Amino acid sequence: MAEMTMIQAINQAMAQEMERDERVVILGQDVGKNGGVFRATEGLQGRFGEERVMDTPLAESAIVGTSIGLAVNSFRPIAEIQFLGFIYETMDQISAQAARVRFRSAGRFTSPIVIRSPYGGGVRTPELHSDSLEALFAHTPGLKVIMPSNAYDAKGLLISAIRDNDPVLFLEPMKLYRAFKLEVPDEVYEVPIGEAKVVKDGEDVTIVTWGATVPLAQKVAEEAEPRNISVEVIDLRTVQPIDLETIVQSVEKTGRLIIVHEAVKSAGVGGEVASLVSEYSLFSLASPILRVTGYDTPYPVPSVEDDWLPTAPRIHAAIEKVMEF
Amino acid sequence: MYDEKNLNHEMVQFMDQYGSLLHDNIDLNDSQLLEIYNWMLKTRLFDEKMVRMQRQGRIGTYAPFSGQEASQVGSTYAMEKDDWIFSSYREIAATMVHGLPMQQSILYAKGHMYGGQSPDKLNIFPIQIIIAGQTLHAAGCALASKLKGENDVSVSYFGDGATSEGDFHEALNIASVFKVPSVFFCQNNHWAISVPLHQQTASQTIAQKAIAYGVKGVRVDGNDVLAVYHVMKEALESARNGEGPTLIEAVTYRQGPHTTADDPTKYRNNDEVNEWAKKDPIDRFRTFLNKRGLMDEDKQEKMKGIVNEEIEKAVAEAESTDRVTVDKAFDYVYDKPHKLLLEQQEESRQFLTIKEGR
Repeated sequence: MAEMTMIQAINQAMAQEMERDERVVILGQDVGKNGGVFRATEGLQGRFGEERVMDTPLAESAIVGTSIGLAVNSFRPIAEIQFLGFIYETMDQISAQAARVRFRSAGRFTSPIVIRSPYGGGVRTPELHSDSLEALFAHTPGLKVIMPSNAYDAKGLLISAIRDNDPVLFLEPMKLYRAFKLEVPDEVYEVPIGEAKVVKDGEDVTIVTWGATVPLAQKVAEEAEPRNISVEVIDLRTVQPIDLETIVQSVEKTGRLIIVHEAVKSAGVGGEVASLVSEYSLFSLASPILRVTGYDTPYPVPSVEDDWLPTAPRIHAAIEKVMEF
Repeated sequence: MYDEKNLNHEMVQFMDQYGSLLHDNIDLNDSQLLEIYNWMLKTRLFDEKMVRMQRQGRIGTYAPFSGQEASQVGSTYAMEKDDWIFSSYREIAATMVHGLPMQQSILYAKGHMYGGQSPDKLNIFPIQIIIAGQTLHAAGCALASKLKGENDVSVSYFGDGATSEGDFHEALNIASVFKVPSVFFCQNNHWAISVPLHQQTASQTIAQKAIAYGVKGVRVDGNDVLAVYHVMKEALESARNGEGPTLIEAVTYRQGPHTTADDPTKYRNNDEVNEWAKKDPIDRFRTFLNKRGLMDEDKQEKMKGIVNEEIEKAVAEAESTDRVTVDKAFDYVYDKPHKLLLEQQEESRQFLTIKEGR
């Protein structure tokens, strides 16, 4: 078993799946010779050839739309969108096309594609590189949305996504690409789509989070311990579909729920989680459900982004509030 | 220096407006010519029937294609069985010629859950509503054929309005860069709902847009079925030979409204409609067949009778197809529905039971 960064794990997942299944192809801008702007596809074109790792013209709609055609005609494409903020260009091809092929044809055709894209802030990118747009896609029936938070999950979830018979949006927190290493098995393994993971046990407060904010929530949970507040942290891992059972089980134990995500607050996945808990487990709650999120502004300029993103003090304040309620 | 005025805008024509042949060598035998005519007549009568059925409330909103039979029938007749079609909502004639059962199109127009489910092994993608979205699917499908070393060509059908969409340009570009076996078939019917061609594009022709992408562009008289068949045959052959995509502009006319919900008298004058009525593709081809001794009034009436019977039979079949309840909608969202979706499906079933008083 080797220690790996998330980007290395992602690279290995794709390499191993391409090795196993010749229907798996990669397409996107700069994915070939350059190996992707973050090097996620590094070495793959050299190993599998230009017909399986294809540099495309700079056209997001074309990258996804062409992937749909490839999938319909028996391939398993992995499309790369260079930064999530560029995904608006292909909104139609994802939400109105890929996600609906199965429904529109009543099962005659399907679109098993994976769309990979780096997302998330804290890395000083220019405008429209850092946005967290998972809510836009969680609202699309027929699409699955995965957001891993570490190397082990990223590999297993990506392999599951490639093998999945539905279109999957796979969002990779760019801040965590190389933030830390984890032991990742060399062999091929799957992490099931749609299953959350309790990454820290606790008794007093549940924090539900995903992607880039998972390590932050874990850190806050540890910091709360000396104050005798026991925080349970759930890494959602898949935001569509949501693993309601794991959340409800935890909230029934702790009685308090805080949701932490980078995306803007309004109409987001956090609101969905809160709504589900109130629908399925209202009377287990001892306090209101709180959200610690990005603010409802466009993703801000680099000089202020650190204070815009959820921070440890903001999460601590939320913990105080639910504990004192 | 590039000069727009010096582009060659020649339009391919095999028959003149009066059905006289302008070319000696047409590679279609008499029975094929009659088969093509049969398709044109059948799809015209089908189209008229659908409009009447919409007025009677028997189907939903419908997009008529009358006037465009030569473009659709001529192009699809040139295709091989395994070729792919990615069409918009106005290409029912094309999909029918390629093998889509008539009752399937009626089910679609009725808003039936299975209207978009083409039979197994028939390479017809469901109808596309979003303008130009399908051009990229065809490009990708063609790329797949190329990678697999298969001989199939992927054809996308779209109208003149689609040529303003980003996806059309992205599709031509990527298909050309990857040199995929694909044909982009534009039916320039002159109107995108109420917007006339000259307000859709400032270029003189749609075919010339091919130049910018490094693909072949052909402009053909879209009401001349023999010319359409011929240019399509060439484009398909060129695609199969690894020469990449062709953009075909079939110049034709939508004789009716955009859809049954549209009133073209608000934006279109009668002179234009009458002018194009004189160029009707079916009349022209019938005159040609008459001159060739292949068609007369008796034969025409007989053919009409058989075709009408076929249409009525398809309508009866479609109308006797069981309705589908809303709980079936959950079956085709994911390969395996997730728990919360299954809960909603169960809820929908409970309400169906209440509604039916069970």
